[in-house]
Amino acid sequence: MAKYIMKRIAYILLSLYLIITATFFLMQAAPGSPFASERKMTPALEKQMEEAYGLNDPIHEQYIDYLVNAITFDFGPSFKYVGQDVMDIILRSFPYSIVLGLEAIFIALGLGVLFGVFAALKHNRFGDYTAMVIAVLGISVPSFIMATILQYIFAIQLDLFSVARMESFWDTILPALALATTPLAFIARLMRSSMLDVLSSDYIKTAKSKGMSQRIVTYKHGLRNAMLPVISYMGPLVAGILTGSFVIEKIFGIPGLGSEFVTSITNRDYTVIMGTTVFYSVLLLISILIVDLIYGIVDPRIKINAKGGGK
Amino acid sequence: MKKVLSVNNLSVSFDTYRSEVKAVRDVSFDLHEQETLAIVGESGSGKSVTAQSIMRLVPMPPGKFVGGSIIFNDEDLTEKSEKQMESIRGKDIGMIFQDPMTSLNPTMTIGKQIAEGLIKHQNMSKNDAHVRGVELLKLVGIPNPEKRIKQYPHEFSGGMRQRAMIAIALACNPKVLIADEPTTALDVTIQAQILDLMRELQKETGTAIILITHDLGVVANTAHRVAVMYGGKIVETGSVDEIFYNPKHPYTWGLLGSMPKLDNHGEELKAIPGSPPDLADPPKGCPFAARCPYVMKACGEHMPAYYESSETQKTACWLLDERAPKVEPPEFINVGGSKVHG
Ligand SMILES: Nc1ncnc2c1ncn2[C@@H]1O[C@H](COP(=O)(O)OP(=O)(O)O)[C@@H](O)[C@H]1O
Ligand SMILES: [Mg+2]
Repeated sequence: MAKYIMKRIAYILLSLYLIITATFFLMQAAPGSPFASERKMTPALEKQMEEAYGLNDPIHEQYIDYLVNAITFDFGPSFKYVGQDVMDIILRSFPYSIVLGLEAIFIALGLGVLFGVFAALKHNRFGDYTAMVIAVLGISVPSFIMATILQYIFAIQLDLFSVARMESFWDTILPALALATTPLAFIARLMRSSMLDVLSSDYIKTAKSKGMSQRIVTYKHGLRNAMLPVISYMGPLVAGILTGSFVIEKIFGIPGLGSEFVTSITNRDYTVIMGTTVFYSVLLLISILIVDLIYGIVDPRIKINAKGGGK
Repeated sequence: MKKVLSVNNLSVSFDTYRSEVKAVRDVSFDLHEQETLAIVGESGSGKSVTAQSIMRLVPMPPGKFVGGSIIFNDEDLTEKSEKQMESIRGKDIGMIFQDPMTSLNPTMTIGKQIAEGLIKHQNMSKNDAHVRGVELLKLVGIPNPEKRIKQYPHEFSGGMRQRAMIAIALACNPKVLIADEPTTALDVTIQAQILDLMRELQKETGTAIILITHDLGVVANTAHRVAVMYGGKIVETGSVDEIFYNPKHPYTWGLLGSMPKLDNHGEELKAIPGSPPDLADPPKGCPFAARCPYVMKACGEHMPAYYESSETQKTACWLLDERAPKVEPPEFINVGGSKVHG
């Protein structure tokens, strides 16, 4: 087990190295400069600034400097906001994002599994059709449209929430819902088909033939097995919530990491872009590791050992 | 010997999108204490539906009882509620399925899967159920039971899983064990071991067994009586000796002809030409008429009654009517030959 985790961490470090390298060179290749904005600087001043930030050094030196600093999570100062370190920006904005993200994952998983099981148990009846029509709608409506609809109904018409403010937990509910809609609908459909599959399997017949009640058959024997595909979907789910947060945070005016990331791109704030990218990568790679570990616990057929490297 | 189970004129259908599939039609048989009754027939002949009807495991809908009764302990199982059936399944009637690879829950240890029934039907504590589980695994010939009981199904081989399945089915000492093709998915050598095990366990526990198979070879050394099913009907029943050495139904002849034999000196196996009837629109008369080499006019029009040629042997075939021409069984059937049981 420990060996397996060590091995996975080694892979994570390798992936991170590749991600850092790729972002670094992509940023170099992108046209424009962080100092090219409306307020024109004099060429002399611009040169001085580039000098100060080391932008005129040979590219391999910049690259090595960057790698060394990235290891210590030191991504340097922001190009745009004088006096702010990239890490400060990340640490200031991340708490908003993690609350929002976890809330969305919780909603998507909880309600998705609930609706999926409900639809499977009402197979081919009214409840099933209703749940699945809603699910298809949920999958097809993009999150930013959902966000606008939610804002319109609950914030403007019903006046239950604020449109775009981030002061209490109450304010996170609409954005979390908007963020969760698509994965929720996807999980509901996944759960439904997987539950139907499991309920028609042989071991469910075996459980019934032992005299187990419908409830035990459905939940003790069925649910756990039917959850497996949903657990495998957790990795993509986390990734989806991360990318979804870029847009949703902007729409709801949440000062989270997603909106910092988007702002940094429009500003060509190199250091912030690269810092957030690396930070997101670490987050995603670790979540995937955790998901795999959970999968290994739930499904005994997946051997977590050093030899097989997981699956 | 005493009757433990009696199926009378049972008919089961499925309502499908296209039409009503009449999977089991007017099937009757008795099962006695300490006896093994084999139900033999090609796939699709309604064997599994018959077995699952007894356990009330046929999904309803689309399935439905059209008629008949299943008498167990003087009560009709077709009239029991789902709750009442729960206290019969696993306790009085156990069941083993065809594919041991899929019939055990992959995310639950073997021990837990055995214990469940014991805890429910015999009010055992978890600990007692564990102890009994180890005993049961030992009984079905699984080496190292203390270790094995904590393992998951994927850590067992096919044969070992079927042994575990038998342990589960027999955990509460049921009066009846239904084994639906218990060896079909296994290697030949393992098949023989599982059949031996079932025979031994029957001697020890006295459980009556319904053994379902499409393979007459499995029947010879295991069963006492045989019911031959075709197109949702039982076309012939008899003792093993009667079915092997004095069969009367042309379909039974066909089955015997298509069975490989050790003393078969280069003779060809004779598969029965044609295919089974469509149960959505079963023929009015004998279901085998379309494939029967001896078919007569009456066969297509009326279902033959059962002709009793001994106290135990009954055959539904018009050839046994006094008005029918005399037909000799094919020569590969060793009429009156040496008995199966020595
Ligand atoms: N759930 C079902 N819905 C519709 N038809 C079914 C269903 N289960 C079984 N049947 C039909 O019943 C007939 C008998 O099947 P079965 O008892 O499984 O045959 P076998 O003798 O091979 O065990 C088959 O024609 C099959 O198509
Ligand atoms: Mg079958």
